[in-house]
Amino acid sequence: MSELLNLTALGAQEKLAAGDLSPQEYTDAWREAAAGDDINAYLWQDGSGEEAAAIAVEQARTAPIAVKDIFCTEGVPTTAGSRILEGYRPPYSSTAVRKLLEAGAPVLGKTNMDEFAMGSSNENSAYGPVLNPWDRGRVPGGSSGGSAAVVAGGLAPWAIGTDTGGSIRQPAAFCGIVGLKPTYGAISRYGMIAFASSLDQCGPLTRTVSDAALLLGMLQGRDPCDSTSVGLDAQISLPNREDLSGLRFGVPTELAGYEFDSGVREVFEQTLRKIEALGGELAEVSLPSSEHGISAYYVIAPAEASSNLARYDGVRYGMRAGGDGDLVEMYETTRSEGFGPEVKRRIMLGTYALSSGYYEAYYGQAQKVRTRIAEDFTTAFSAVDFVVTPTAPSVAFKLEEKTDDPLAMYMNDFFTVPMSLAGIPAISIPAGLAAPEGGGRELPVGFQIAAPAFAEQRLIDAAYALEQGIGFDARPGDADG
Amino acid sequence: MIDREQVLHVARLARLRLSEEEVDVMVGELSGILDHVDRIGNLDLEGVEPTSHVVALENVLRADKPHQSLPRDVALASAPEPQDGAFRAPSPQAE
Repeated sequence: MSELLNLTALGAQEKLAAGDLSPQEYTDAWREAAAGDDINAYLWQDGSGEEAAAIAVEQARTAPIAVKDIFCTEGVPTTAGSRILEGYRPPYSSTAVRKLLEAGAPVLGKTNMDEFAMGSSNENSAYGPVLNPWDRGRVPGGSSGGSAAVVAGGLAPWAIGTDTGGSIRQPAAFCGIVGLKPTYGAISRYGMIAFASSLDQCGPLTRTVSDAALLLGMLQGRDPCDSTSVGLDAQISLPNREDLSGLRFGVPTELAGYEFDSGVREVFEQTLRKIEALGGELAEVSLPSSEHGISAYYVIAPAEASSNLARYDGVRYGMRAGGDGDLVEMYETTRSEGFGPEVKRRIMLGTYALSSGYYEAYYGQAQKVRTRIAEDFTTAFSAVDFVVTPTAPSVAFKLEEKTDDPLAMYMNDFFTVPMSLAGIPAISIPAGLAAPEGGGRELPVGFQIAAPAFAEQRLIDAAYALEQGIGFDARPGDADG
Repeated sequence: MIDREQVLHVARLARLRLSEEEVDVMVGELSGILDHVDRIGNLDLEGVEPTSHVVALENVLRADKPHQSLPRDVALASAPEPQDGAFRAPSPQAE
């Protein structure tokens, strides 16, 4: 059975198409593996006795998929990691889930996440934290921590998540897998529970770059239900590029001045050497406004969140509390009991930033910084094909290590937020292992590659060549003992 | 910096009721975050166009054709307190 689980999603899809693999046997093997979840990664699993939106398994044409619990799935509990949506069963499916079902991918389960995707450690879930399969005393990253952990931990062949400021790339890096945030607008946001609408984007979390390409191809496309979706110009092809000759990789000069883990820096430097060995050319670029990315992001994202989360008022769906008083009393009781501390913090921050007298100083100024950050990338891409950075400033940190200091937690997004603000695609691939600063077993380090908007094919091709060159084959189990 | 009074005001705007302890924590945490964020306040961004959206799109329209919407019973199925085909909520004015 373990041989079945070792197949990549692409490998399984090819065997299914050739009739060399039984859809029932293959899907059942994964259901059984998923049922062994002992890291709190799933909030709901198909086959747990409830009817799913899943297609009949005999019709499966590709690998079953784990879906972040932020995607509405008809008839299946969808909580976004929040108490306020406990027991909610959406009356329709998100476009992303619908497209997966159409492609023949059964939904394996719904994965745990930071509440409303707000967090970088998965510790903000109302249903408890996910444990990192590499070291159960550490976080898997967030907010798509469940989706990253199931893929890394052998509980799903592949998964989808969402990325607003790094929520696919950072957990992918912490769990040693591939995570791709596509260009804003490449994939429909319809039925994806909104956090910050100008930033939120769905994307793949997979074992390999080829699986990410396959999954992006299934998900992308314009959708009449999301007027901000535009899709990609051409269908994504599977990558087969073997070298990086003729490609220029921009390394931000600002990296030299930033403080981050020496182990991460070492793996980053090694990866740059690998790029050169594969024929790629390194060049210096400058992203002077990126250092203000965190500040701009933590105004814009909470501002949009405070508006989006106004809908949770105990009237139309979700929980209601305190119905004995007047309407406002019910609103306040419902929201105070339904939201967790981080969500309240961000609603407060966003409401403050948008409030009379502060709007221009915060939201207006942050939107201008956003313009500057996007312009930096445009300038960089006039000279290079890609911009590369570490995905996160450290390897996976310990549970509760940063929960008392929101700002320290936010700084995890330092390398991923600029691409989100600019709306450009970026991928994290596992590049090696490094020991945490305080010592301990070695953990995965992610390498981030960013490309111009809608250049997904070029990004995937280059990431594939680099992935082959790196040959990362460590698995969580290897670190034991 | 943000003080207690402002925290309570913003909480009212956001329809959140904070405990005394939550207010204290919020004052400290929001002040710390705002101190960091305030750095962008000093940047000279005169004349820079604000970005509200990264993809240049305007007037995205769909075909003007009627289509099926959610049936009423399905739309009401998740409501905490549906009644007579509608969403029931407490009165806006306390009795």
